[in-house]
Amino acid sequence: MVIAIGFEGSANKLGVGIIKDGVVLSNPRVTFITPPGEGFMPKETAEHHRQHILSVLQKALEEAKISGEDIDVVCYTKGPGMGAPLATVAIVARTVAQLWNKPILGVNHCIGHIEMGRLITNAKNPTVLYVSGGNTQIIAYARKRYRIFGETIDIAVGNCLDRFARVLKISNDPSPGYNIEQLAKKGQKYIPLPYCVKGMDVSFSGILSYMEERTSSLLKEGYSPEDLCFSLQETIFAMLVETTERALAHCNSSEVLIVGGVGCNLRLQEMMNEMCKERGSTLFATDERFCIDNGVMIAHAGAEMFRSGTRMKWEESTVTQRYRTDEVETTWRED
Amino acid sequence: MDSFTLTKQGAEARLYQGTYLGRPTIIKERFIKKYRHKHLDDSLTKERIKAETKAIVRCKSVGIRTPAIYLVDFERRMVFMEHLLHSITLKDFIETTSFEKLSKLAISIGTILGRMHEGNIIHGDLTSSNILLMNVHNKDKFDDLKDLKIVLIDFGLSHVDCSAEDKGVDLYVLERALVSTHAVADQIFPKIIEGYRGYYKKGFKEILAKYEAIRARGRKRTMVG
Repeated sequence: MVIAIGFEGSANKLGVGIIKDGVVLSNPRVTFITPPGEGFMPKETAEHHRQHILSVLQKALEEAKISGEDIDVVCYTKGPGMGAPLATVAIVARTVAQLWNKPILGVNHCIGHIEMGRLITNAKNPTVLYVSGGNTQIIAYARKRYRIFGETIDIAVGNCLDRFARVLKISNDPSPGYNIEQLAKKGQKYIPLPYCVKGMDVSFSGILSYMEERTSSLLKEGYSPEDLCFSLQETIFAMLVETTERALAHCNSSEVLIVGGVGCNLRLQEMMNEMCKERGSTLFATDERFCIDNGVMIAHAGAEMFRSGTRMKWEESTVTQRYRTDEVETTWRED
Repeated sequence: MDSFTLTKQGAEARLYQGTYLGRPTIIKERFIKKYRHKHLDDSLTKERIKAETKAIVRCKSVGIRTPAIYLVDFERRMVFMEHLLHSITLKDFIETTSFEKLSKLAISIGTILGRMHEGNIIHGDLTSSNILLMNVHNKDKFDDLKDLKIVLIDFGLSHVDCSAEDKGVDLYVLERALVSTHAVADQIFPKIIEGYRGYYKKGFKEILAKYEAIRARGRKRTMVG
C-alpha cells in the first residue's frame, strides 16, 4: 500500500492531491487568474502560489482525513514549467517531507498527466496527445520510455489559444480556452487559416501571427468574434487530430488518450472521437478535474515510481524548467 | 473500381489493390475526413493530391524511384498508382535485419535523400513506413542488398523548396520518427547522414547546421503550462 501526496504548481494552477493505491482521496486546486488581455508572469504566479499553498495543503489533508505520518512519499513537480512557481512549490514539498520525515520524489509533469489519464480511463497502451498551455506532444510508449513522436516546433496549442484570447480581450476566468470554446459554439462562418503540419510535427506560431495581424480587419469585414474562435479551433484541432492519426497508424495502436488542459475541450474530443471511429480505435479522455494541472496526478505518478523502487536524494530534489517526457525511464511499466 | 479490394487504412487514405489497364495498381483514396470542416477538408485533399503527383514527377526527373502515377481523379479523391508487388517497408526491414546490413543500407538511403534535396524536393513526412525496399528481380526476397532498390512513397505533405531550413526539418522529422520507433535508430541515423553528406556535398554543411539548430529548438523550448 502506498499513500502519496503530490504538489503541483508549474504554471498558474496550484494543486495538492493525495492518492492511496489509485484511489483519489483529495485533490484541491486554486488558479491564478489574470485580467483579460494579460497572461500570467512567473513572479506574480509564484507570489500567488506562496499565498495559497498552505491553505490548499491543509484542505488536501482534511478532505483525505489523513495526517502527515500516514503518507509514504512526498511528490512534487520537478519540471517542466516556470522556474519561480516550480521552486516555490518544491520548497514547501521539501519542508513537509523533512517535517514528517518522509522520502521525496521529483516527478516529470508530462508523465503525471499521462499516468493519471491511464489510471482514470483504464487505457492500456494508448497513443497520447498531450495538449496544454505549454506542451503539445504526441507520445507513444516503447522500450521503457514515453517516446515523443510529434510535437509543436514552436509554441504550444494552449499558448496559441491563450494569446488569441488576449487579442479579443476574452476573459481568463475560468480559463481563456474554455471561453473560446463557448464562443466557438456560436460561430457560423469558417475563415481559411494557415494550416501547418510537418510529418507528425505541428506549428502554431504562423497561425497566431496571422490572427494577431488580421483580427481587427476581419471584424470590420463582418466576421464575428465567434466566427474567429470557431475557425481557429477547427483549424488547430484538425492539425492535432491529423498528426495523432498519423502516429496511431505508424504504431498500429488502437487507443488514443488525450491529456492536458486543452484536452477537456469537448470539440477537440468530438473531432478525435470521429477520427477514432473511422479507424475502429477507442478514444479516452478525462474531464477538467484531471485534464487540467492538479496535485493528484503528481502524487499518482510519484507513487508508481516509488512502488517500482525509484528514490531521490535530498540534494537532487531540485527543479528544472526544461524536462522532456522521454528523459524519464518508466520503471513502473512492465510491458 | 469493382475489381479492387480494400487492403489498408492508413492515416491519410484508404488503399485498394487491383488491376488497372492490365497493371497491378494501388488506388489511394483520400476519403472525406468527417472530423474536419468540409471547407478545410476539401482544400487539404486537393492540395495533397497535387503535392503528391508533382513531387513524384519531380523525383522521376532526378532519378529517384517512386510509384508511377496512372490516373488522378479529383472528383473521387483518388490517385491510381503503380503497385510495387515485391517490396517491404523499411520499418519491417529494420526489425528483421542485421545491424551491418542496415548501416550499409542507411548510407544508400542517405544518398537518395541527398539527391531528393538537391532537387529541392521536401518530402514532409519521412518515416520508416514511407521508405520501401523493392526487389528488382520480382521476388519476395529481401536478404541481399544488391537486389533491393530504395523507393520513396507518400508525398502528400511534400513541397518544393530550396531553403536549408526546410531540408533540415525534413531530416529532423525522419530522425524523430526513427528514434521513436526503432531501438537501433541511434546508430542508423548517423549513417543516413553520412550517406547524405557524401552525396549532397554542395548543400550539406548549411543544412546540417540548420538541422542542429532545429534539434536544439526542440530540446531547449520552454514548456510552461
